Amino acid sequence: MAQTFTFPGGLHPPQHKYLSNQTKIVTAPLPQRVVLPLAQHIGAPAKPLVKVGDRVLRGQKIARAEGYISAPIHASISGHVVTISEHPVAHPSGLKGECIVIESDGLDEAAPALENYADQDITQVDPSHLRNLVREAGIVGLGGAAFPSFVKLNPGPQHQVETLILNGAECEPYITCDDRLMREYADSVIAGIGIIMHAVDAKHCLIGIEDNKPEARSAMQSALERSGRTDTNIVVTPTIYPEGGEKQLIKVLTGKEVPAGGLPLQVGVVCQNIGTAAAIYQAVNNGQPLVSRIVTVTGRGVEKQLNVEARIGTPVAELVAFAGGYTNQAERLIMGGPMMGFGLQTDEIPLVKATNCVLVTTAEEVKPSTEDAMPCIRCGSCAEVCPVSLVPQQMYWHAKSKDFDKLQEYNLFDCIECGCCAHVCPSHIPLVQYYRFAKSEIWQQEQDKKKANAAKERHEARQARIDREAAEKAKRAEERKAAMGGDADSKKAAVQAAMARAAAKKAANKGEAPADAAATDAGESKPIGAAAIAIAAAKARAAKAKDEQAGSPPGSDEEQSATVSPALAAIAKAKAAKAAQSAGDSDPKISAAQAAIAKAKAAKAAQSTSDEAEPKLSAAQAAIAKAKAAKAAQNDGDAEPKISAAQAAIAKAKASKAAQSSENADPKMSAAQAAVAKAKAAKAAQNSESNDPKMSAAQAAIAKAKAAKAAQKPEGDS
Amino acid sequence: MEFKTTSSPHLKPKTSVSKVMLQVLLALIPGVITYVVFFGPAILINIAIATVTAVILEAAMLMIRGVAVKRHLMDLSAVLTAVLLALAIPSGAPPWLVVVGVFFAIVIAKQLYGGLGYNPFNPAMIGYVVLLISFPALMTQWPGTDGVSAATPLDAVRTAVSQELAISGLELPIGFGESPWHWISLSYILGGIYMLTRGTIRWQIPASMLGTLVIMSTLFWMIDGDRYASPVFHLFSGATMLGAFFIATDPVSASTTVRGRIIYGMGIGAFAYIIRSWGGYPDAVAFSVLLMNAAAPTIDYYTKPRVFGHS
Repeated sequence: MAQTFTFPGGLHPPQHKYLSNQTKIVTAPLPQRVVLPLAQHIGAPAKPLVKVGDRVLRGQKIARAEGYISAPIHASISGHVVTISEHPVAHPSGLKGECIVIESDGLDEAAPALENYADQDITQVDPSHLRNLVREAGIVGLGGAAFPSFVKLNPGPQHQVETLILNGAECEPYITCDDRLMREYADSVIAGIGIIMHAVDAKHCLIGIEDNKPEARSAMQSALERSGRTDTNIVVTPTIYPEGGEKQLIKVLTGKEVPAGGLPLQVGVVCQNIGTAAAIYQAVNNGQPLVSRIVTVTGRGVEKQLNVEARIGTPVAELVAFAGGYTNQAERLIMGGPMMGFGLQTDEIPLVKATNCVLVTTAEEVKPSTEDAMPCIRCGSCAEVCPVSLVPQQMYWHAKSKDFDKLQEYNLFDCIECGCCAHVCPSHIPLVQYYRFAKSEIWQQEQDKKKANAAKERHEARQARIDREAAEKAKRAEERKAAMGGDADSKKAAVQAAMARAAAKKAANKGEAPADAAATDAGESKPIGAAAIAIAAAKARAAKAKDEQAGSPPGSDEEQSATVSPALAAIAKAKAAKAAQSAGDSDPKISAAQAAIAKAKAAKAAQSTSDEAEPKLSAAQAAIAKAKAAKAAQNDGDAEPKISAAQAAIAKAKASKAAQSSENADPKMSAAQAAVAKAKAAKAAQNSESNDPKMSAAQAAIAKAKAAKAAQKPEGDS
Repeated sequence: MEFKTTSSPHLKPKTSVSKVMLQVLLALIPGVITYVVFFGPAILINIAIATVTAVILEAAMLMIRGVAVKRHLMDLSAVLTAVLLALAIPSGAPPWLVVVGVFFAIVIAKQLYGGLGYNPFNPAMIGYVVLLISFPALMTQWPGTDGVSAATPLDAVRTAVSQELAISGLELPIGFGESPWHWISLSYILGGIYMLTRGTIRWQIPASMLGTLVIMSTLFWMIDGDRYASPVFHLFSGATMLGAFFIATDPVSASTTVRGRIIYGMGIGAFAYIIRSWGGYPDAVAFSVLLMNAAAPTIDYYTKPRVFGHS
């Protein structure tokens, strides 16, 4: 007899196993409809592959695995998909979950079997093929955790698997499905062991069975002898709850402790449940995906206690009906065992892959639902039974006062929620509930913290941008004042141009049509001379800027002026363009061309010179400049719609390109925006060909606004 | 069909606070019977007065605090405190003394701190110590077997030592079985064994407390048998056994970790011996328990077990 070890704490609750382990596993009748939740496993929910109305066959994959830690879902009956929607599911919170509902056609027609290795020497098959097959078969841990099994079959090259542990402890009271499975299908289980051992390259296997299942043990022993395996041993372990916990069983069988927060692989162990091994055999040998499982229907609240092979998705109500229905003392409906299972509000909830037991109890078997807890008397019974050696009495105080830091110091996250502490508590404090609450609160807080940090960063970036823009605006205003000097006419013209520009910018930002009207108004009301004046002023300013740049003494001002001057040049050119536009009535073609050229240059200047200093800003400025250029060009649309539209489009494309090229942070996003801008520009160009210049102008304005916005956006949101 | 739900675990709990308290009360029965056999039924009157007072005060306080009165009275913790305190007061003491003691135990030491589970100090011992300090004369008049009040053997030893007389010269019932207190102590041990087998109390506190007392008393007795009483004398005198099994083990105010309980018990044993031998009071279990009560949270903090999977 192999040596066994012990883990701390543990309990000997009343077993109640004889209720259901006396009779053979029976097959439940075909359900009328099955409800298949997309999240039946740990990891990402599966993604549906079928739509309402589709006919599906038994074993057909109807939802694919999403990501690595996930599992596909298969139709468990043949029939038609009637809905894909929210439905109450087996979840402790009582929440609904996305489900595929299949109405049976009564035929139970099977889909073609998966590619399999029937009657082949499994040791000659590449382990990766086995893993893929197990994944495709949708097999998850059937002991209750529902962790995708293929993941455990993939230890990776960095881990050497010494021992495969097969978990036949079945330590929770009432549950006997593994017991019956071992008694009746021991050969499948042993064959499954061979597959798993080959897949993980394990040196030997230990099958842990509690000493309250002697029949299962002898059945497994005979099957083991029949198989001729010499690398596998059955270890009978003393019955103690929660021995079936993965880390607990590993300790009992090997004496090794899986590090906190770690995986069994770290101590060279892979642990699988009895039922999982049988399911893996079904998949590998018969190509059968996981469409049914054995579930214990028991408790004194049902007429007959039995183990039944039922299709995944069968409503609990049908299983209970098959067990003869509820007795009139039925009080509580529990999915799973009485220690770790969760109460169901309704029996419409479907059987899922993880469901090992449907327990209907009488009032005598369970704690009352209404009782209030007494105060903790610090008896320490909870600490004595904790299999992880936590101090639940202390954790309770901290959980109650929501002192989550302290709770983590007391290793809250090592709690396996086995329920031993709460079961022995004389004050009947729902300790596990406190710890679950604390865990979820801590998770929530961490999420919130992440979100808050992201928001803070965003806010700071935005504030910096606003400050920068304000500073530049002030600088621009000053420069403008200086450049205008005492020239009354040019001053007037400049003021008007600035007003028009402000209005246009505002409108462009908002994407409103009146911008064009304002700009046009300004243009029409201006005398021709204004254009010349504006050009002159612009040239003067440009010259001044150049002078400043050239003549500025080395030192503190240099850097500033270096960045300022291109900006100034850009502004000057933009103004020139606007002035040209204003003069548009007299010679729209020329002015449009000039405007376009000036603006392009402005943009280029702004972009090229300020790259180092403020790439983001320059992009935004370039975009704005170009947008304005485009707008100006558009406004001339009455005369030459085609040309102006084309120019507008080019300008916008450039704007978006500029915005894109300087925005390294999120090329994808800016590219998308550029595309949108271009599309809109193209549309605007197209529209302006039709005889509705006003409308096209409006659209162009909107498009430009978006382009400008897009150029600006990545600063704030990326 | 719709069902009510509860959070896991669903299995019916094995025990309750009332059951725990009831088991302790049952375990006291042999001690009380022996007491009555040797000293007459006066103690029963004290127990009755203490119990009635405790229940009334507890109910009043629960009502003032707005807590469910019946439910909390039914936990029997007030009754247990009353009985333990009554056993600690000389049976001939006037009824008002008992009432004052119970008042301090229930109202001050227990309810004002938040009731059951929230009291840092053992309420019965608070009540006892208040009386001992306030009314030392009344609190040291223990009944003699002949119906006349007399000093306890611990008192006699203390007095002798303070007068530099040799203990061996005293006419004391030193031999085992000679004093009624030996038999009462044995009855308490019987109750203690019952509680140990029922899982009401854990072995660590009584074992470490008694063990420390034995080790210390043996050491000093061997050094100077005339000045220091024997281990048997210490074990079977005063409140040693009542304290070890019924008072030090009060879960609310004791240490809760396994290692913590051992340290806690050792502390009580050591303090009891030190105060008895060199302090100002003949017996010291109450003081020792209160001292260690104060230390219990700190002991707990530093004696957390190694968590599974942590190095």
